[in-house]
Amino acid sequence: MITRSTMSRFRQFSIVVIVILIYIWAFSGLPSIGLKETSVEVVSAIISGIFSPDWDYVYDPGGEDLLRGLLDTLAIAVLGTIIAAILSIPFAFLAARNITKSRAVVGVNKVLLSFIRVFPDIVLALLFIKAVGPGAFAGVLALGIGAIGMLGKLISESIENVDLNAREALIASGANPVKTFIFAVVPQVLTNYFSFVMYRLEVNMRAATILGVIGAGGIGTPLIFALSVRNWERVGIILLGIIVMVTLVDLISSKIRARFT
Amino acid sequence: MKKVQTAQRPINYSIPPSKTKHVMSFILIFILVWLSGKQIDFSITELMEGLPNMWELLIQLLPPDWSYFKEVTNPMLETIRMAIVGTTIGGLLAFFLAMLAAKNVFSYPWITGPTRFILNLIRTLPELLLASIFVAVFGIGPIPGIFALTFFSLGIIAKLFYESIEAIDPGPMEAMTAVGANKVKWIMFGVVPQVMSSFVSFFLYAFEINIRAAAVLGLVGAGGIGLYYEKTLGFFQYDRVSTIIIYTLLVVLVIDYCSTKIREKLT
Repeated sequence: MITRSTMSRFRQFSIVVIVILIYIWAFSGLPSIGLKETSVEVVSAIISGIFSPDWDYVYDPGGEDLLRGLLDTLAIAVLGTIIAAILSIPFAFLAARNITKSRAVVGVNKVLLSFIRVFPDIVLALLFIKAVGPGAFAGVLALGIGAIGMLGKLISESIENVDLNAREALIASGANPVKTFIFAVVPQVLTNYFSFVMYRLEVNMRAATILGVIGAGGIGTPLIFALSVRNWERVGIILLGIIVMVTLVDLISSKIRARFT
Repeated sequence: MKKVQTAQRPINYSIPPSKTKHVMSFILIFILVWLSGKQIDFSITELMEGLPNMWELLIQLLPPDWSYFKEVTNPMLETIRMAIVGTTIGGLLAFFLAMLAAKNVFSYPWITGPTRFILNLIRTLPELLLASIFVAVFGIGPIPGIFALTFFSLGIIAKLFYESIEAIDPGPMEAMTAVGANKVKWIMFGVVPQVMSSFVSFFLYAFEINIRAAAVLGLVGAGGIGLYYEKTLGFFQYDRVSTIIIYTLLVVLVIDYCSTKIREKLT
């Protein structure tokens, strides 16, 4: 439709047929929507739960409460992001074509980074739970390792875009490699670096809220628990808490990122 | 320290700029990390104790159980189906909601405001969370998964799409207004042709994300291959776990590749 002039009629036709076949295949394999008779009840219960949340759950000095769960989640996201921010630096430099001269090293690192990137965070968390036991620690490790893929890729691309004139000037004036690196490459990448890290914090914040679903700490655990005992008021207040927290982190992060660019 | 900054002195460019701000930021980050570590009882000793376990786990993952590929093909296909259906429904809804959210299509704040608010709300909830709620509503199976993916892709596509609608050329729209077209025709012929290719591109992008998301939805009972992680991990069949992981990676890579190629053609 869009490129009618450039694409031949036949090709257009075959694309339409392929798309239609894909859709027939996709929809035919689905079970019919079997609404449980309780569905409507549950939905209205959740909605009324969101509008009349269980405020007592917000702060309970004795035991598990919402604030504690949210703080845990925030802590997991922050630690995971910091770990990834540190670990991704060497990967990023090794994957940058203009810094690392060996083509093989660059290639291996690029493949490694894309491998980490397609690996779902949740699967990583499952593996870490098996390794270090359930809890927030497994979640931190999962986010810390999982974020290397994206951060490493973004940072290495920004390193590849560095203007190398400054570097040449420093080399010409007799600076040693370390100084050249610190004064010519790092300053150009630094603002991008912080901006990527903040962006990843936003992503990790959302990821951290679901880690608890599989037992890797944070607010997901009480949510799953409340869902399984059908305590809709509690589900409501937890959802509200997550929405408020994620929105706040997004706001702060975008404010900080706006200052960098 | 503050006094130095507030004192009105002529700026001397031979003195490097004050480092106070950087030092303070660094201290702030450090405190944040320290507090976070304290909150979740992060301990280095635990990490050291866990490292050998991780190594053992990695060894157990290899070699993958190749015969298991056949067994998980059906759930894999179900995952792909869920992603296609979820993205499609989400994309269609997003198309209309994005129109309502774009300020140059509906210049009434009472339409764009609430629509954007709803879209922002949807975007804060990750797919697995949505899925676990929908499982409570609809019961176990692919249907809650599809609903979760619908909402999830609705959030992504609508946001990207209304931003691109707002960036279009007002010329054709003005021309449509000048010849007295009604609102529906105005949108159909003034707005849609300009944004169709970016819509398809966002749609494919959401599809790529949804394939990854769909692969883990089974963990909360929302259908697809994710269910098999639980099964195999529960029985310590790590060779099968790695089969599932490799299978998922292959599917994701192939779909990413195709989708990227198509998106490159669109732009």
